[in-house]
Amino acid sequence: MSTISRDEVAHLAKLARLAVTEEELDLFAGQLDVILDAVAKVSEVATDDVPPTSHAVPLTNVFREDEVRPGLTQDEALSGAPAAEDGRFRVPRILGEEQ
Amino acid sequence: MTAATLLPYDEVLERFDPVLGLEVHVELNTRTKMFCGCVNEFGGEPNTHVCPTCLGLPGALPVVNGKAVESAIRIGLALNCTIAEWCRFARKNYFYPDMPKNFQTSQYDEPIAYDGYLDVMLDDGEVFRVGIERAHMEEDTGKSVHVGGATGRIHGAEHSLLDYNRAGVPLIEIVTKPIEGAGARAPEVARAYVTALRELMLALGVSDVRMDQGSMRCDANVSLRPKGQQEFGTRTETKNVNSLRSVERAVRYEMQRQAAVLAGGGTVVQETRHFQEADGTTSPGRPKETSEDYRYFPEPDLVPVAPSREWVEELRKTLPEPPWKRRKRIQEEWQLTDEELRDLFNTGAVDLVAATVDAGAPVDEARSWWVQFLTQQANARGVELADLAITPKQVARVIELIAEGKLTNKLGRQVVEAVLDGEGEPDEVIEARGLKVVSDDAELSRIVDEALAAQPDVVEKIRGGKVQAAGAIVGAVMKATRGQADAKRVRELVLERCK
Repeated sequence: MSTISRDEVAHLAKLARLAVTEEELDLFAGQLDVILDAVAKVSEVATDDVPPTSHAVPLTNVFREDEVRPGLTQDEALSGAPAAEDGRFRVPRILGEEQ
Repeated sequence: MTAATLLPYDEVLERFDPVLGLEVHVELNTRTKMFCGCVNEFGGEPNTHVCPTCLGLPGALPVVNGKAVESAIRIGLALNCTIAEWCRFARKNYFYPDMPKNFQTSQYDEPIAYDGYLDVMLDDGEVFRVGIERAHMEEDTGKSVHVGGATGRIHGAEHSLLDYNRAGVPLIEIVTKPIEGAGARAPEVARAYVTALRELMLALGVSDVRMDQGSMRCDANVSLRPKGQQEFGTRTETKNVNSLRSVERAVRYEMQRQAAVLAGGGTVVQETRHFQEADGTTSPGRPKETSEDYRYFPEPDLVPVAPSREWVEELRKTLPEPPWKRRKRIQEEWQLTDEELRDLFNTGAVDLVAATVDAGAPVDEARSWWVQFLTQQANARGVELADLAITPKQVARVIELIAEGKLTNKLGRQVVEAVLDGEGEPDEVIEARGLKVVSDDAELSRIVDEALAAQPDVVEKIRGGKVQAAGAIVGAVMKATRGQADAKRVRELVLERCK
């Protein structure tokens, strides 16, 4: 049985940039436990002759020719951006939150 | 910022043993990006080489560029690696806006190539073997501009602006095994390794490997351990090392800085550091997330890559000669000293010289033109030697004209400069500018006689035994012929007449 700690939830929340309250830490720790237990069930039936898979379709080597295809214009690329400046995406300052 | 204390290099080596780890990123020169058909080209107006896939828009799906996989396999083979029979891409998750998807598609525990080595030649001809841990495929990130704050750097910036033209460009990351036993030569080994890697990529034709443009980038991991200790010390990773010379400087600086910390009873902080090109120092960079924090998992949008052994063996046949073997062969064939060989490679002239020799020029002349005059021209014009607007064939033609006595060295340089300025083929320049050596002795004798008649006092001096005074007459003749006479012949004529 896996038990996920409050600290681990807090760490994950920080990595995912999610604001989580004290109460939610307990709530999510319990919920994540249930999810991890469910996933752990799969490991019980997976034996050495069942390789882990990352894809539902048993395909390999799906390649594309190295040929240029038209993409988006600058206006199109920026059309969904909340903020833009000088033809670039404008984002809030990056550092500062860690310190 | 206060400068770090450094321990003198000799003392560093008396007490400590350096261990290096080098991570080199090479941008592939495929026509398109790694997972979409956007053009892979340096620069361009911001956000014009983008599409829904490389912008991470909902619903867009990646498809692997087959040519990039081919290049990755060839690089792996050239590094004497094992090529994986089956491998996958993985998502490296992090919050940093240089990737709009919030993850970088990379490879984690299943690199396409692993466990190899590269033999590199040091300055004295010794060959040092650098172990290769792995070479894996990934995609490059976008470029940020930080606005606000005093320095334009990330610290203190108000906000950042992102250009995703580079996001998704195919990248191969090559990681060495710990490099031990280099001792005092660790900085030199680091430079020689990156140099050899650069030569290898050029020979493979898989990348432009322009460190100045970032198509080849090096991160240098350095740690020290007390002499005699087996266990590795704490390492730092220095980024922003953008030239071959910087690789050597950065490693040396970190060795001296860490040694001073350790010698003073302190501990080295495991961190990312930034190399400052201007003064050759390193400074602390952003705190790094640990590998676990990246929450790698297999990329569900891409199927595994399983290169057939037939394909791998086909690609093995396309491999170039290893860099150090090529160096040895060229040194022997061209009979070069160690120093001449070094200049040849450090100026990046070797392929150009070889092509000039193929076009019929003698080795020594071809080498001299490219390593000296043309390298100066490239520096003055701020371009790479290979990007100068002159072909090896044109250089060979100028060398031929000089050998035939139709041009002097000085005129040859004028012709080459004119070719570089876009005035056409060497023969066209000569025709258009009316440049030719006045080789007609009768014509030359007449000009010499005129010059002698104009300066009787000088003639007296020469007759009186002051042979060096002849220079004044030679100068006058060269001026009269606009530099088109052979100075040596003029001198002979002057001295003959003053006997």
